[in-house]
Amino acid sequence: MDAYLAAIAIIALIYVLLSLGLTLQYGLTGLINFGHVGFFAIGAYTSALLALKGVPLILTFPAAAVLAGLSAWPIGLVSLRLRDDYFAIVTLGFSEVVRIVITSEKWLTNGVQGVPGIPRLFEGLQGFAAQAATLAVILAVTIVAVWMILRIAKSPFGRLIEAIRDNEEAVKALGKDPASFKIQVLIVGAAIAGVAGAFYAHYITYIVPDQFIPLVTFYVWMAVIMGGVGRVSGAVVGAAILMVFLEGSRFLRDIVPWISEVDMASVRIGVVGLLLILFVMFRPQGLMGDYTKR
Amino acid sequence: MTLEIRNVTKAFGGFQALDGVRLSVPLDSLFGLIGPNGAGKSTLFSVISGFLSADQGEITLGGRRIDGLSAPARARAGMVRTFQVPREFSHLTVRENLMAAAPAQTGEGLFGLFFRPGTVRREEAAIAARVEETIALLKLTRVADQPSGKLSGGQKKLLELGRALMVEPRLILLDEPFAGVNPVLIGEIMERIAELNGRGIGFLVIEHDLEALTRLVSRMAVMDRGRVLAEGEPAAVLDEPQVREAYLGGLS
Repeated sequence: MDAYLAAIAIIALIYVLLSLGLTLQYGLTGLINFGHVGFFAIGAYTSALLALKGVPLILTFPAAAVLAGLSAWPIGLVSLRLRDDYFAIVTLGFSEVVRIVITSEKWLTNGVQGVPGIPRLFEGLQGFAAQAATLAVILAVTIVAVWMILRIAKSPFGRLIEAIRDNEEAVKALGKDPASFKIQVLIVGAAIAGVAGAFYAHYITYIVPDQFIPLVTFYVWMAVIMGGVGRVSGAVVGAAILMVFLEGSRFLRDIVPWISEVDMASVRIGVVGLLLILFVMFRPQGLMGDYTKR
Repeated sequence: MTLEIRNVTKAFGGFQALDGVRLSVPLDSLFGLIGPNGAGKSTLFSVISGFLSADQGEITLGGRRIDGLSAPARARAGMVRTFQVPREFSHLTVRENLMAAAPAQTGEGLFGLFFRPGTVRREEAAIAARVEETIALLKLTRVADQPSGKLSGGQKKLLELGRALMVEPRLILLDEPFAGVNPVLIGEIMERIAELNGRGIGFLVIEHDLEALTRLVSRMAVMDRGRVLAEGEPAAVLDEPQVREAYLGGLS
């Protein structure tokens, strides 16, 4: 495997982690989280800044998960009693607040100039070995996350969050409080996104606020929708499809050479958008099928 | 032991939906609640079960004040409601709907789920056994593994009753259990309700099918314009002049 493929695989697995969190939140519980990138950003900055202060990575990754998870808690408390659509707006607003805070708090985050020189995983290893080791670690973490989400989905907890997705009022009538379940789901999904952020920061080694725009959230939504809402396998497959088209559209330039380098960036986003439209038209349940087809 | 409703009022803007309702429902009784459309019956159900808050008044269940509690807390206190339009968990099977309704499950906590798998397994087995009994009782065996969204209206009504039973309440509030149900199934639902009442579970039933209701309940109350007009044995209640005038005028 060459370095380019390893690089794509690492980024793809980061999207898989993000998609797993959203699958738990939206696919299983029905929470419309439009602010996923906010938790991703908190994880990335937490781990990066701590690592630059000399904290070992073995501690910065859990710290990223904990801080991203904790940041979801107040949002949950404030907004989970709101209707679905208001909740969506609150989360979108939250992720923009996170981006604006990291843009303006220069003393902490170095503002728009970003945080350079973030230590890599496996600094001791050279070249491809380091990359392969990184890939192995993120793959292992992703497998653990898949196992966790599957375990949750098949448990009494999973049954209840699906009940909440189907009819929240009926859950209340049976003596269970949907809000507490939704907060837990929000925290777990955010913590996974935080870990994804930490991997991203230590892989890219240079983070700036512009990497954490709402478009990232919607890429994750695309992955979940294309893979199949409410299917854990859908999160994995959807993220893979997304990556194939995000990266594959790079080679469009070989076919359509008259498009400039600058225009190409927009064309690639257009290609992914077109793909989503085609999926929704011809396979609305996603590639792996959604929760309506069990 | 009773469910006591004292001077409960509820207004929506200028509309007085409940206007000083007083009602006393013994917890082991079969109690009917009738009244013309807009009389406030469903609003009263929502206020009793905590889905709406009362503007004024007091509600006690077995002597305990419950009007300050949330809807889930009231259900846990022993009083479960069903809905006029069934609210099944449509993508879950009948069996899963009933499993989800069982109270106090260790596996519904993330900690218990990952760190006490043995307890979770034992509880699931016990819940599954109770679910089988409930399925047999309500004659839902044939559809037990179907997604509940695909059931008929009558079967959904039975499923809601089953889910309420899984909570092991003292009192079940049934909102129009016979609406949209075919006559054969109405007979069956009535039999089940009577049977369950024999085991000590109370029922407060809103129903428009007066003929079915009077056969089922031992006491009933009549509401009109947010007030309780009369209360007592069905025959006596239906004979009261003000009830006939307000509600049955055209019919008798």
